[in-house]
Amino acid sequence: MTKKQIVRVTDVTKDFDLGKIVVNVLKGIDLEIETGKYVSIMGPSGSGKSTLFNMIGGLDKPTTGKVFIDEVDIAQLDAYELAWLRCRKIGYIFQTFNLIPVMTALENVTLPMTFAGTPGEAAVSRGMELLVQVGLEGRHGHKPAELSGGQQQRVAVARALANSPSIILADEPTGNLDLKTGEEIISLLKEMSEEQGVTVISATHDYKMLNVSDQVIWIRDGRVDKIQDRDELEIHTGGMSS
Amino acid sequence: MSYKSIRARFFRSLITTLTLVLAVSFLAFSQISIDIADAMLVSGDPVFQRSLLQSGYDILPDSTSLAASPKQRWIVVLSLLVCVVGIINAQLMSVTERFREIGTMKCLGALDRFIVRIFVMEASIQGFAGSVAGAFLGGTAACMGAIFRFGTDITTILPWSGLFTSLIIAIATGMLLSLLGVLYPAIMAARMQPVEAMRVEQ
Repeated sequence: MTKKQIVRVTDVTKDFDLGKIVVNVLKGIDLEIETGKYVSIMGPSGSGKSTLFNMIGGLDKPTTGKVFIDEVDIAQLDAYELAWLRCRKIGYIFQTFNLIPVMTALENVTLPMTFAGTPGEAAVSRGMELLVQVGLEGRHGHKPAELSGGQQQRVAVARALANSPSIILADEPTGNLDLKTGEEIISLLKEMSEEQGVTVISATHDYKMLNVSDQVIWIRDGRVDKIQDRDELEIHTGGMSS
Repeated sequence: MSYKSIRARFFRSLITTLTLVLAVSFLAFSQISIDIADAMLVSGDPVFQRSLLQSGYDILPDSTSLAASPKQRWIVVLSLLVCVVGIINAQLMSVTERFREIGTMKCLGALDRFIVRIFVMEASIQGFAGSVAGAFLGGTAACMGAIFRFGTDITTILPWSGLFTSLIIAIATGMLLSLLGVLYPAIMAARMQPVEAMRVEQ
């Protein structure tokens, strides 16, 4: 089987016009991400990681260059198609969890299914299934405020998986968590990616992520610094994790 | 879901609703007062007609209805106008407060019309509750006022169907105002780009 590319980014640049000065955050990025891989985008803050991330998620449009998801140029999509893409193809996980505070865990998970038009009962049973998968059995009736940070992020993982997307975009999923819960979330993501063949793309500067990544993309100063596969990586991690 | 959002921000919803209650009750009050005065006029009872004149109504010979004076109408319109501005203000705040929530929903694939629907639903619930409360408050106040001024005899000639129509009109106006007030904030929320919503710091 030939390896399929789920995400292709070609020569993307992005400028932010701040009125007096124009900041070019991305200076020409080329990337190809294969289906089913666990990819980490690493880089210091301000390197354009999050910007690149928003491009892949279709949240922002590049100044020049193209982003393809499943061989579809997302610049060509209208608002309706973009919403469809975000709903069915992409699952988001945020640094700040971003659960809807007035909804219970279950309702948060079923929300994307409502957007996708899944009938109520099917959505509820799938929601319960997902909550069990992420290890939150019996907590479905709790509001986000009644859950710990790690549990909230688990709800967010379940929510991201709701419509069986092909890509999960995780923007610093462990940024607001302590070491141990962060590790739990990472291994949960890894598990989900292996079980369901989902491509996980995560932006991070958390070195714990490296151990589970199939591929690491280093971003520095708006350019791709280097792309390392897992086997090349092992050599380096010893030195860096200290 | 809208119900829950309202409950979570109960106090502010209450203020929004209260603006509406006051405006609608004023509308209902003036409408129903006129209804009652009309009924007194039509009844042809000289006692009622005299007391109408005494309380400052100008009765033209042969007329069967007492239209509200232009000044009175202006005051009602102004109060409704102020009410709409108040609602727009409150709803705009509610949109800004929920930027992150809206952005998250958009990231999850919510269509613009879904976002609009959330706000419109909330506004209709508030509008309905506020209008009904306001209409009955105003109606009761008008009836009580009439009884106080013209004596209990008035209860025999109360024009029930006319009062009912006035109440319905007041409630419908209130709902309309509430929806009018939410329209701009809701469209603003729906037009927002998801990234912008994510950038807002909490």
